[in-house]
Amino acid sequence: MDESISSLEKRIALMREHMDGMTEVVPWARETGFKVTRVERGQVWGVQPFAEHLVGDVDAQVIHGGAITTLLDNLSGMACAAALEEFRFVATLDLRIDYMRPADSGRDIIGEAECYHVTKSVAFCRAWAYHESRDKVIATAQGAFAINKPRPKASLGVPE
Amino acid sequence: MSETLTRGQQLEAFLERVPIVQTLGMRCDIKGDDMTAVLPFQKKLIGNFTIKALHGGAIGTFLEMTAMAQLFLVSDVERPARTINITVDYLRQGRAEDLYGRARVIKLGRRMASVTAEAWQSERDKPVAALHGHFLLNRSGETSS
Repeated sequence: MDESISSLEKRIALMREHMDGMTEVVPWARETGFKVTRVERGQVWGVQPFAEHLVGDVDAQVIHGGAITTLLDNLSGMACAAALEEFRFVATLDLRIDYMRPADSGRDIIGEAECYHVTKSVAFCRAWAYHESRDKVIATAQGAFAINKPRPKASLGVPE
Repeated sequence: MSETLTRGQQLEAFLERVPIVQTLGMRCDIKGDDMTAVLPFQKKLIGNFTIKALHGGAIGTFLEMTAMAQLFLVSDVERPARTINITVDYLRQGRAEDLYGRARVIKLGRRMASVTAEAWQSERDKPVAALHGHFLLNRSGETSS
């Protein structure tokens, strides 16, 4: 059995075990209150509950696009972690977000991110935000993530 | 209200009412049609504890809000514009310090506007992040959705 594959499988299993912990260690994610709900190889799902302190459009009581930026940026970074054969920290190089329609007031927003290609130094992701399904998206995102050189293992507590 | 308040006063009144602006703790120093946005450092803005870096989502939210604020300042729309899309380039790690932002409206059309914004910390020439976005102007009489 290829050891690098089992390392990724182990990491995915660990991410599934610690879905709450993945956002609890990130102060800004704790502030926005989103949660990770599902992890597959190269894919991560999450939910951003409606929250009044994130409203950007006071009249319509709709969450600000920035909360969607936070959700999709963070889920994309996690999707990289669920895709890289060896664990590396990643840093967002760029993130483009297209807003297709306003979110409904008072409803949770589901986020889904997929890391669809990895090179030696860059991981490419796309992501979606919606209420029900990807057929009716609120926003889509596309991002490139720099794969950092190995550094001492830290906050994520990934055993090697 | 547009008769009595300056554009800058209208913007300040608007920002005070927006929960996400208060959650970020962001404020704007407005001088006429010129504005610098300030995001004082707070622990809750951190994205990575190990390296004490600001969260990309917090930086992106701040830059999007900076762009919207500048656009409001130089346009005559009654309601803030709606974002069509944004691209944020993350150029450097945002350290555990105050973040500043300035935006420039590249093109102000009747229905749409193109805006760029930059965020920096101790050195203006070393930007932390840059945004480019398109916004839909909310002309009065048109519905918001």
